Amino acid sequence: MSMINYASREINCKLVYYGPGLGGKTTNLEHVYKKVAPSTRGKLISLATETERTLFFDFLPVDLGTIRGFKTRFHLYTVPGQVYYNASRKLILKGVDGIVFVADSQVDRMEANAESMQNLYDNMAEYGYDLTKMPFVVQYNKRDLPNAAPIAELQAALNPGWEVTDTTRQRVTPDPYHAGENLVEQAPTGEWIERSTYFEAVAINGDGVFDTLRAVSKLVLKALS
Amino acid sequence: MSYGAASWSFTSEDQSAIHQVLQRFLTDSQSKCAMVVDRSGQLVTTVGDQPRFDAQAFASLTAADFSANDQLARLIGETDFNTLFHQGERESMLLADVARRVILVVLFDNKTTLGLVKLKLKGTVEQLAQHFATIGTRPARPEPERRPLLGNVDEEIDKLFQ
Repeated sequence: MSMINYASREINCKLVYYGPGLGGKTTNLEHVYKKVAPSTRGKLISLATETERTLFFDFLPVDLGTIRGFKTRFHLYTVPGQVYYNASRKLILKGVDGIVFVADSQVDRMEANAESMQNLYDNMAEYGYDLTKMPFVVQYNKRDLPNAAPIAELQAALNPGWEVTDTTRQRVTPDPYHAGENLVEQAPTGEWIERSTYFEAVAINGDGVFDTLRAVSKLVLKALS
Repeated sequence: MSYGAASWSFTSEDQSAIHQVLQRFLTDSQSKCAMVVDRSGQLVTTVGDQPRFDAQAFASLTAADFSANDQLARLIGETDFNTLFHQGERESMLLADVARRVILVVLFDNKTTLGLVKLKLKGTVEQLAQHFATIGTRPARPEPERRPLLGNVDEEIDKLFQ
Protein backbone atom coordinates (compact mmCIF):
# COMPACT_ATOMS: atom_id res chain seq x y z
CA MET A 1 0.00 0.00 0.00
CA SER A 2 2.17 2.82 -1.24
CA MET A 3 1.69 6.10 0.55
CA ILE A 4 2.49 9.53 -0.82
CA ASN A 5 3.17 11.77 2.14
CA TYR A 6 2.87 15.32 0.78
CA ALA A 7 3.47 16.71 4.26
CA SER A 8 6.95 15.17 4.58
CA ARG A 9 7.50 14.89 0.79
CA GLU A 10 8.05 11.14 0.93
CA ILE A 11 6.92 8.17 -1.12
CA ASN A 12 6.93 4.94 0.87
CA CYS A 13 6.69 1.57 -0.83
CA LYS A 14 6.74 -1.97 0.51
CA LEU A 15 8.67 -4.78 -1.20
CA VAL A 16 8.39 -8.37 -0.05
CA TYR A 17 10.92 -11.14 -0.76
CA TYR A 18 9.00 -14.41 -0.90
CA GLY A 19 10.09 -17.98 -1.53
CA PRO A 20 10.88 -21.38 -0.05
CA GLY A 21 12.85 -21.85 3.16
CA LEU A 22 16.64 -21.49 2.92
CA GLY A 23 16.31 -20.05 -0.59
CA GLY A 24 18.27 -16.86 0.16
CA LYS A 25 15.67 -14.18 0.97
CA THR A 26 17.43 -13.01 4.12
CA THR A 27 20.79 -13.22 2.31
CA ASN A 28 19.46 -10.75 -0.29
CA LEU A 29 18.60 -8.25 2.44
CA GLU A 30 21.88 -8.80 4.25
CA HIS A 31 23.78 -8.01 1.06
CA VAL A 32 21.79 -4.82 0.46
CA TYR A 33 22.42 -3.84 4.08
CA LYS A 34 26.17 -4.39 3.70
CA LYS A 35 26.51 -2.53 0.43
CA VAL A 36 24.24 0.48 0.87
CA ALA A 37 25.70 3.56 2.58
CA PRO A 38 24.65 3.67 6.25
CA SER A 39 23.22 7.17 5.69
CA THR A 40 20.67 5.79 3.23
CA ARG A 41 19.45 2.77 5.10
CA GLY A 42 18.02 1.97 8.50
CA LYS A 43 18.64 -0.96 10.78
CA LEU A 44 18.22 -4.52 9.55
CA ILE A 45 15.62 -5.97 11.89
CA SER A 46 15.44 -9.76 12.00
CA LEU A 47 12.77 -11.61 13.91
CA ALA A 48 14.44 -14.99 13.78
CA THR A 49 14.65 -18.21 15.78
CA GLU A 50 17.77 -19.10 17.76
CA THR A 51 19.01 -21.01 14.73
CA GLU A 52 18.64 -17.87 12.58
CA ARG A 53 15.65 -19.15 10.64
CA THR A 54 13.24 -16.30 9.96
CA LEU A 55 10.35 -16.54 12.40
CA PHE A 56 8.27 -13.53 11.41
CA PHE A 57 10.18 -11.27 9.03
CA ASP A 58 13.37 -9.36 8.27
CA PHE A 59 12.98 -5.65 7.62
CA LEU A 60 15.28 -3.12 6.01
CA PRO A 61 14.30 0.42 5.04
CA VAL A 62 16.34 1.90 2.16
CA ASP A 63 16.23 5.46 0.85
CA LEU A 64 16.83 5.36 -2.87
CA GLY A 65 17.08 9.10 -3.39
CA THR A 66 14.82 11.93 -4.49
CA ILE A 67 12.50 12.13 -7.47
CA ARG A 68 10.64 15.35 -8.19
CA GLY A 69 11.32 16.51 -4.66
CA PHE A 70 9.97 13.34 -3.06
CA LYS A 71 12.25 11.15 -0.99
CA THR A 72 11.66 7.55 -2.18
CA ARG A 73 11.86 5.07 0.65
CA PHE A 74 11.54 1.34 0.09
CA HIS A 75 10.70 -0.96 2.95
CA LEU A 76 12.21 -4.38 2.21
CA TYR A 77 10.67 -7.37 3.98
CA THR A 78 11.31 -11.09 3.85
CA VAL A 79 8.83 -13.73 4.95
CA PRO A 80 9.56 -16.98 6.77
CA GLY A 81 9.94 -19.61 4.06
CA GLN A 82 9.04 -22.63 6.13
CA VAL A 83 5.58 -23.99 5.41
CA TYR A 84 4.81 -24.06 9.15
CA TYR A 85 4.78 -20.25 9.36
CA ASN A 86 2.07 -19.50 6.83
CA ALA A 87 0.00 -17.40 9.24
CA SER A 88 2.82 -14.93 9.84
CA ARG A 89 3.92 -15.07 6.20
CA LYS A 90 0.51 -13.94 5.07
CA LEU A 91 0.53 -10.95 7.42
CA ILE A 92 3.65 -9.54 5.80
CA LEU A 93 1.92 -9.38 2.42
CA LYS A 94 -0.55 -6.82 3.72
CA GLY A 95 -0.15 -3.60 1.78
CA VAL A 96 2.61 -4.95 -0.49
CA ASP A 97 3.61 -2.88 -3.55
CA GLY A 98 6.08 -5.23 -5.20
CA ILE A 99 7.23 -8.84 -4.85
CA VAL A 100 10.49 -10.67 -5.46
CA PHE A 101 10.15 -14.44 -5.55
CA VAL A 102 13.51 -15.94 -4.56
CA ALA A 103 13.64 -19.45 -5.96
CA ASP A 104 16.28 -22.01 -4.99
CA SER A 105 17.79 -23.24 -8.26
CA GLN A 106 18.76 -26.66 -6.94
CA VAL A 107 16.97 -29.52 -8.69
CA ASP A 108 15.89 -31.11 -5.43
CA ARG A 109 14.19 -27.84 -4.36
CA MET A 110 11.87 -27.69 -7.37
CA GLU A 111 8.92 -29.00 -5.41
CA ALA A 112 9.52 -26.55 -2.55
CA ASN A 113 9.73 -23.70 -5.09
CA ALA A 114 6.49 -24.68 -6.78
CA GLU A 115 4.72 -25.09 -3.44
CA SER A 116 5.89 -21.67 -2.29
CA MET A 117 4.83 -20.02 -5.57
CA GLN A 118 1.38 -21.55 -5.25
CA ASN A 119 1.24 -20.41 -1.64
CA LEU A 120 2.12 -16.87 -2.76
CA TYR A 121 -0.74 -16.83 -5.30
CA ASP A 122 -3.13 -18.21 -2.68
CA ASN A 123 -2.13 -15.75 0.04
CA MET A 124 -2.32 -12.81 -2.37
CA ALA A 125 -5.75 -13.93 -3.52
CA GLU A 126 -6.96 -13.99 0.08
CA TYR A 127 -6.20 -10.26 0.29
CA GLY A 128 -7.87 -9.72 -3.08
CA TYR A 129 -4.54 -8.93 -4.76
CA ASP A 130 -3.79 -10.17 -8.27
CA LEU A 131 -0.14 -11.07 -8.61
CA THR A 132 -0.28 -10.81 -12.40
CA LYS A 133 -1.22 -7.13 -12.14
CA MET A 134 1.49 -5.93 -9.82
CA PRO A 135 5.26 -5.42 -9.88
CA PHE A 136 6.66 -8.93 -9.63
CA VAL A 137 10.16 -10.25 -10.33
CA VAL A 138 11.56 -13.78 -10.04
CA GLN A 139 15.11 -14.39 -8.86
CA TYR A 140 16.76 -17.77 -9.46
CA ASN A 141 19.29 -17.97 -6.65
CA LYS A 142 22.23 -20.33 -6.03
CA ARG A 143 23.20 -20.44 -9.71
CA ASP A 144 26.74 -21.38 -8.67
CA LEU A 145 25.75 -24.78 -7.28
CA PRO A 146 26.52 -27.86 -9.40
CA ASN A 147 22.97 -29.20 -9.03
CA ALA A 148 21.32 -25.98 -10.23
CA ALA A 149 18.53 -26.69 -12.74
CA PRO A 150 18.72 -25.05 -16.18
CA ILE A 151 16.95 -21.67 -16.39
CA ALA A 152 14.57 -22.98 -19.06
CA GLU A 153 13.33 -25.67 -16.68
CA LEU A 154 12.91 -23.21 -13.81
CA GLN A 155 11.07 -20.78 -16.07
CA ALA A 156 8.74 -23.52 -17.31
CA ALA A 157 7.96 -24.63 -13.76
CA LEU A 158 7.77 -21.32 -11.91
CA ASN A 159 7.26 -18.55 -14.44
CA PRO A 160 5.30 -20.08 -17.34
CA GLY A 161 3.28 -16.88 -17.80
CA TRP A 162 -0.36 -15.98 -17.78
CA GLU A 163 -2.74 -15.20 -20.61
CA VAL A 164 -3.08 -11.56 -21.66
CA THR A 165 -6.70 -10.89 -22.52
CA ASP A 166 -6.45 -7.07 -22.71
CA THR A 167 -6.06 -6.48 -26.47
CA THR A 168 -4.18 -3.19 -25.92
CA ARG A 169 -1.42 -5.17 -24.23
CA GLN A 170 -1.23 -7.90 -26.86
CA ARG A 171 2.01 -6.81 -28.47
CA VAL A 172 5.49 -8.24 -28.32
CA THR A 173 7.34 -6.66 -25.40
CA PRO A 174 11.05 -7.45 -25.17
CA ASP A 175 12.55 -8.33 -21.82
CA PRO A 176 14.92 -5.40 -21.17
CA TYR A 177 17.21 -7.64 -19.13
CA HIS A 178 17.53 -10.60 -21.52
CA ALA A 179 18.33 -9.98 -25.18
CA GLY A 180 16.21 -12.05 -27.53
CA GLU A 181 13.58 -12.87 -24.90
CA ASN A 182 10.14 -11.34 -24.52
CA LEU A 183 7.99 -10.54 -21.53
CA VAL A 184 4.84 -10.52 -23.65
CA GLU A 185 4.56 -12.68 -26.75
CA GLN A 186 2.17 -14.82 -28.72
CA ALA A 187 2.36 -18.55 -28.03
CA PRO A 188 2.42 -20.99 -30.98
CA THR A 189 -1.15 -21.89 -30.00
CA GLY A 190 -2.27 -18.31 -30.62
CA GLU A 191 -2.88 -16.90 -27.15
CA TRP A 192 -0.84 -14.01 -25.78
CA ILE A 193 1.31 -14.78 -22.75
CA GLU A 194 3.03 -12.50 -20.27
CA ARG A 195 5.83 -13.52 -17.92
CA SER A 196 7.59 -11.78 -15.09
CA THR A 197 11.13 -10.73 -15.64
CA TYR A 198 13.73 -12.90 -13.95
CA PHE A 199 17.29 -12.68 -12.69
CA GLU A 200 20.00 -15.21 -11.99
CA ALA A 201 21.72 -14.73 -8.66
CA VAL A 202 24.29 -15.96 -6.22
CA ALA A 203 23.01 -13.89 -3.33
CA ILE A 204 25.72 -15.02 -0.94
CA ASN A 205 28.29 -13.27 -3.18
CA GLY A 206 25.91 -10.42 -4.00
CA ASP A 207 25.58 -11.44 -7.66
CA GLY A 208 22.19 -10.41 -9.02
CA VAL A 209 20.97 -8.91 -5.74
CA PHE A 210 20.96 -5.28 -6.86
CA ASP A 211 19.82 -6.15 -10.39
CA THR A 212 16.74 -7.73 -8.84
CA LEU A 213 16.11 -4.87 -6.43
CA ARG A 214 16.61 -2.29 -9.17
CA ALA A 215 14.15 -4.02 -11.48
CA VAL A 216 11.36 -4.43 -8.96
CA SER A 217 11.83 -0.90 -7.58
CA LYS A 218 11.58 0.55 -11.08
CA LEU A 219 8.39 -1.39 -11.70
CA VAL A 220 6.90 -0.06 -8.45
CA LEU A 221 7.87 3.55 -9.18
CA LYS A 222 6.58 3.28 -12.74
CA ALA A 223 3.29 1.91 -11.44
CA LEU A 224 3.04 5.04 -9.32
CA SER A 225 3.79 7.43 -12.17
CA MET B 1 -7.67 -3.26 -5.29
CA SER B 2 -6.11 -1.40 -8.15
CA TYR B 3 -2.44 -1.02 -8.87
CA GLY B 4 -0.66 1.68 -10.77
CA ALA B 5 -1.44 4.42 -8.29
CA ALA B 6 -0.68 5.17 -4.71
CA SER B 7 -3.22 3.65 -2.37
CA TRP B 8 -3.54 6.80 -0.33
CA SER B 9 -1.93 10.13 0.36
CA PHE B 10 -1.34 12.35 3.34
CA THR B 11 -1.34 16.11 2.79
CA SER B 12 -0.06 19.08 4.79
CA GLU B 13 -3.69 19.88 5.68
CA ASP B 14 -4.17 16.34 7.01
CA GLN B 15 -1.00 16.72 9.02
CA SER B 16 -2.13 20.03 10.58
CA ALA B 17 -5.54 18.64 11.53
CA ILE B 18 -4.10 15.44 12.99
CA HIS B 19 -1.32 17.22 14.83
CA GLN B 20 -3.89 19.50 16.45
CA VAL B 21 -5.87 16.53 17.74
CA LEU B 22 -2.78 14.70 18.95
CA GLN B 23 -1.20 17.76 20.54
CA ARG B 24 -4.31 18.21 22.67
CA PHE B 25 -4.29 14.52 23.55
CA LEU B 26 -0.64 14.62 24.64
CA THR B 27 -1.31 17.61 26.89
CA ASP B 28 -4.46 16.11 28.41
CA SER B 29 -2.98 12.65 28.95
CA GLN B 30 0.51 13.89 29.87
CA SER B 31 2.01 11.44 27.40
CA LYS B 32 5.35 12.00 25.67
CA CYS B 33 4.84 11.10 22.09
CA ALA B 34 2.15 9.95 19.66
CA MET B 35 2.90 8.28 16.35
CA VAL B 36 0.58 7.36 13.53
CA VAL B 37 1.60 4.24 11.60
CA ASP B 38 -0.27 2.78 8.66
CA ARG B 39 -1.30 -0.87 8.64
CA SER B 40 1.49 -1.83 6.26
CA GLY B 41 4.11 -0.49 8.67
CA GLN B 42 4.86 2.96 7.29
CA LEU B 43 5.27 5.87 9.64
CA VAL B 44 2.78 8.61 8.79
CA THR B 45 3.52 11.29 11.36
CA THR B 46 4.88 11.92 14.86
CA VAL B 47 3.80 14.48 17.46
CA GLY B 48 5.48 15.36 20.77
CA ASP B 49 9.00 14.35 21.78
CA GLN B 50 10.83 13.20 18.68
CA PRO B 51 11.88 9.55 19.14
CA ARG B 52 15.57 8.86 19.69
CA PHE B 53 15.20 5.37 18.26
CA ASP B 54 14.86 4.14 14.66
CA ALA B 55 11.31 5.28 13.94
CA GLN B 56 11.04 3.33 10.66
CA ALA B 57 11.94 0.05 12.33
CA PHE B 58 9.64 0.90 15.21
CA ALA B 59 6.74 1.53 12.79
CA SER B 60 7.23 -1.77 10.96
CA LEU B 61 7.33 -3.72 14.23
CA THR B 62 4.24 -1.89 15.47
CA ALA B 63 2.22 -2.92 12.42
CA ALA B 64 3.48 -6.50 12.71
CA ASP B 65 2.62 -6.54 16.41
CA PHE B 66 -0.89 -5.35 15.67
CA SER B 67 -1.40 -7.77 12.79
CA ALA B 68 -0.16 -10.73 14.83
CA ASN B 69 -2.48 -9.79 17.68
CA ASP B 70 -5.42 -9.48 15.27
CA GLN B 71 -4.84 -13.08 14.30
CA LEU B 72 -4.52 -14.14 17.93
CA ALA B 73 -7.84 -12.41 18.61
CA ARG B 74 -9.51 -14.36 15.83
CA LEU B 75 -8.16 -17.64 17.16
CA ILE B 76 -9.95 -17.03 20.46
CA GLY B 77 -13.14 -15.92 18.76
CA GLU B 78 -12.73 -12.12 18.87
CA THR B 79 -12.76 -10.00 15.72
CA ASP B 80 -9.70 -8.01 16.84
CA PHE B 81 -8.00 -6.40 19.81
CA ASN B 82 -8.51 -2.71 19.24
CA THR B 83 -5.93 -1.65 21.82
CA LEU B 84 -2.68 -3.22 22.97
CA PHE B 85 -0.64 -2.25 26.00
CA HIS B 86 3.04 -2.94 26.59
CA GLN B 87 4.36 -2.03 30.00
CA GLY B 88 7.99 -1.27 30.72
CA GLU B 89 9.78 -0.26 33.89
CA ARG B 90 9.96 3.41 32.92
CA GLU B 91 8.41 3.67 29.46
CA SER B 92 5.18 2.10 28.30
CA MET B 93 3.22 2.11 25.09
CA LEU B 94 -0.42 1.90 24.19
CA LEU B 95 -1.46 1.06 20.64
CA ALA B 96 -4.94 1.70 19.29
CA ASP B 97 -6.61 0.83 16.03
CA VAL B 98 -7.98 3.82 14.12
CA ALA B 99 -10.70 2.98 11.61
CA ARG B 100 -8.89 -0.26 10.56
CA ARG B 101 -6.60 2.02 8.56
CA VAL B 102 -3.85 3.25 10.85
CA ILE B 103 -2.49 2.58 14.32
CA LEU B 104 -2.04 5.26 16.96
CA VAL B 105 0.99 4.55 19.14
CA VAL B 106 1.28 6.45 22.41
CA LEU B 107 4.52 6.48 24.41
CA PHE B 108 4.33 7.56 28.01
CA ASP B 109 6.33 7.29 31.22
CA ASN B 110 5.72 7.27 34.97
CA LYS B 111 4.59 10.92 34.97
CA THR B 112 1.14 9.75 33.95
CA THR B 113 -1.00 6.66 34.43
CA LEU B 114 -2.42 4.06 32.08
CA GLY B 115 -5.90 5.00 33.29
CA LEU B 116 -5.55 8.64 32.30
CA VAL B 117 -4.02 7.78 28.93
CA LYS B 118 -6.83 5.32 28.17
CA LEU B 119 -9.46 7.80 29.31
CA LYS B 120 -8.23 10.47 26.90
CA LEU B 121 -7.51 7.99 24.14
CA LYS B 122 -11.10 7.08 23.36
CA GLY B 123 -12.22 10.52 22.15
CA THR B 124 -8.94 11.04 20.32
CA VAL B 125 -9.34 7.79 18.39
CA GLU B 126 -12.88 8.80 17.41
CA GLN B 127 -11.67 12.15 16.07
CA LEU B 128 -8.79 10.54 14.19
CA ALA B 129 -11.14 7.90 12.77
CA GLN B 130 -13.24 10.65 11.20
CA HIS B 131 -10.16 12.25 9.60
CA PHE B 132 -8.84 8.95 8.28
CA ALA B 133 -12.23 7.87 7.00
CA THR B 134 -12.25 11.05 4.87
CA ILE B 135 -8.66 10.48 3.74
CA GLY B 136 -9.57 6.91 2.78
CA THR B 137 -12.47 7.88 0.54
CA ARG B 138 -10.76 10.54 -1.54
CA PRO B 139 -8.44 9.92 -4.49
CA ALA B 140 -4.85 9.09 -3.55
CA ARG B 141 -3.69 12.30 -5.19
CA PRO B 142 -5.44 15.47 -4.09
CA GLU B 143 -6.54 17.93 -6.78
CA PRO B 144 -3.49 20.25 -6.87
CA GLU B 145 -1.21 17.23 -7.14
CA ARG B 146 -3.08 15.41 -9.90
CA ARG B 147 -0.41 16.05 -12.53
CA PRO B 148 1.70 12.97 -13.22
CA LEU B 149 3.79 12.64 -10.10
CA LEU B 150 6.59 10.58 -11.54
CA GLY B 151 5.67 10.75 -15.20
CA ASN B 152 8.54 10.72 -17.70
CA VAL B 153 11.13 10.28 -15.02
CA ASP B 154 12.73 7.07 -16.31
CA GLU B 155 16.09 8.77 -16.32
CA GLU B 156 15.70 9.96 -12.74
CA ILE B 157 14.65 6.49 -11.65
CA ASP B 158 17.73 5.04 -13.37
CA LYS B 159 19.94 7.56 -11.59
CA LEU B 160 18.70 6.34 -8.23
CA PHE B 161 20.52 3.07 -8.85
CA GLN B 162 23.85 4.37 -10.11
